[in-house]
Amino acid sequence: MTAGTTAGTAAGTPPTDLTRLTAADLAAAIRSGQASAEEITRAHLDRIDAVEDAVHAFLHVSTQSALEQARAVDRARARGDRPASPLAGVPLALKDIVVQAGIPATAGSKILEGWIPPYDATVTRKLLDAGVVILGKTNLDEFAMGSSTENSAYGPTRNPWDLSRIPGGSGGGSAAALAAFEAPLAIGTDTGGSIRQPAAVTGTVGAKPTYGGVSRYGVIALASSLDQVGPCARTVLDTALLHEVIAGHDPLDSTSIPQPVPLVVDAVRRGQADGIAGMRIGVVKQLRGKGYQSGVLESFDAAVLVLAAAGAEIIEVDCPHFEYALAAYYLILPSECSSNLARFDAMRYGLRVGDDGTASAEEVMSRTRGAGFGAEVKRRIILGTYALSAGYYDAYYGSAQKVRTLIKQDFEKAYQAADVLISPASPVTAFAIGDKVDDPLAMYLNDLATIPASLAGIPAMSVPSGIASDTGLPVGLQVMGPTLGEERIYRVAGAFESAYARQHGGIVPDAAPELEVGVR
Amino acid sequence: MSSVPPTEADDPGPTLSRDDVVHLAHLARLELTDAELDLYVDQLSVILHSVTAVSGVVGGRDIEPTSHAVPLTNVFREDLVRPGLSREDALAGAPSAQDGRFRVPQILGEV
Repeated sequence: MTAGTTAGTAAGTPPTDLTRLTAADLAAAIRSGQASAEEITRAHLDRIDAVEDAVHAFLHVSTQSALEQARAVDRARARGDRPASPLAGVPLALKDIVVQAGIPATAGSKILEGWIPPYDATVTRKLLDAGVVILGKTNLDEFAMGSSTENSAYGPTRNPWDLSRIPGGSGGGSAAALAAFEAPLAIGTDTGGSIRQPAAVTGTVGAKPTYGGVSRYGVIALASSLDQVGPCARTVLDTALLHEVIAGHDPLDSTSIPQPVPLVVDAVRRGQADGIAGMRIGVVKQLRGKGYQSGVLESFDAAVLVLAAAGAEIIEVDCPHFEYALAAYYLILPSECSSNLARFDAMRYGLRVGDDGTASAEEVMSRTRGAGFGAEVKRRIILGTYALSAGYYDAYYGSAQKVRTLIKQDFEKAYQAADVLISPASPVTAFAIGDKVDDPLAMYLNDLATIPASLAGIPAMSVPSGIASDTGLPVGLQVMGPTLGEERIYRVAGAFESAYARQHGGIVPDAAPELEVGVR
Repeated sequence: MSSVPPTEADDPGPTLSRDDVVHLAHLARLELTDAELDLYVDQLSVILHSVTAVSGVVGGRDIEPTSHAVPLTNVFREDLVRPGLSREDALAGAPSAQDGRFRVPQILGEV
């Protein structure tokens, strides 16, 4: 490893450090020949090597395949081929719930330890076809169940802003990889906030597209009516560039929407250049106040002023049924996950425990699932089994599905008055590792602000709104749009980010503390 | 099961007994230790209490349930032969394979 490719410590960051650049700038450097894809990939692999002991964002680093992908991009350029996409040659961190052929996939669970998927997810295929270099697989709460990455069977990821704190969850590995400059791009999945809440607490950007906007084929299922894959990065433009690479209809996912890919890159540029004059932005009355940290609310209020100064008309909207969103979610999610996780039966792939020649298949199944699943997964399977059992279905799952309708109606009404809605993305800044891990209900409250959009299936993203004055940690602004309203939220997020940068002389991710780089 | 579904918004909701959790874990094919059972009995009742509000808010109202966020209709494709996984690839992740098949523990009680 060379010192020049890792962020400096006392001496400061060398200006040539490739890991500090945005994905858009890296892609431009490759196109113009200023840097090769291989050089850029090596710089990020070196950075991973230097900081992973401290951060633990990755469960697997694919050094060889990443370098091969990078060299293929360089060879194509040398041949004079057109770049495969605007992100050709740029490295990315892939959440370890999206499969890549030949690369271990665990979903953060012991039950899949050692499993090598024999096929690519559609998202993986699109990334590789676009020339994006996949650096490795990132840590997550087991099967994406959690808000802190502490439920990973492979140990927690640490927040680069403060290594004693959580990076959010379930996609804490992807968010931390961005904040630690281990990758400029990452893929997340969002069921109740697993892209947006980690983005908020690590000062990065993450978007959950409209349900069905990105294929779920090859994504290990948590709750099928809620799961959605989305792009993560340090800037809104990079997030939009990645969004356009991964989105689009896929015949292999029957819930995929047969609609053109939204033009979110243009939307960001429009927001940056023209602002948001005339847009109506609704502040959701129910997504502030009780349960929200004062430093978060302070940052949110400042963001509202920035948006107003950028030309938006700010109104307040009332969504009375949001009060029941968390309850509905924690019935729908366990129900669907108890069904989805039935596939881990110790027969066709993954762990098998207790197959001693006398035990029945059923006994082996029970032993394997008992040994292979962690505590939160077991809790949710039992809860879901209960909520779906005969005589309880109507009272629980049925009622929750009706609450979902009421929440959708709240949103529809709000979008008659506003073009986009905003709220804090996480009620609190990053908390200490260990703080909430023994209290499931306290942990569930982290998704307070993100769950309504998940239940309604609408697009929503988190963009850094600043640093909380009470904790000194980043805060996320959530921007929510109507169904297929991606262009609106990217425009607002782009306008906000550039207004913030003008006001503060830079964007939030660049203010992340330098990590002490380990020397091996 | 001894618990009953809630009927009113202010109903504290059901409490799961230890036997309930044992039964549910059996239905879910989940072997639990005694320590896990002790922990989950209390935690699950607390979680259940907090989520029963949904029954109260919808009450007996005639509301169409939402199962998916975007209206969906069934999707069909042409029934064409397409390349799939080879037998070798399909078995590569199996905990146990024999004669080109998944080997599973006894399922009908024979040894």
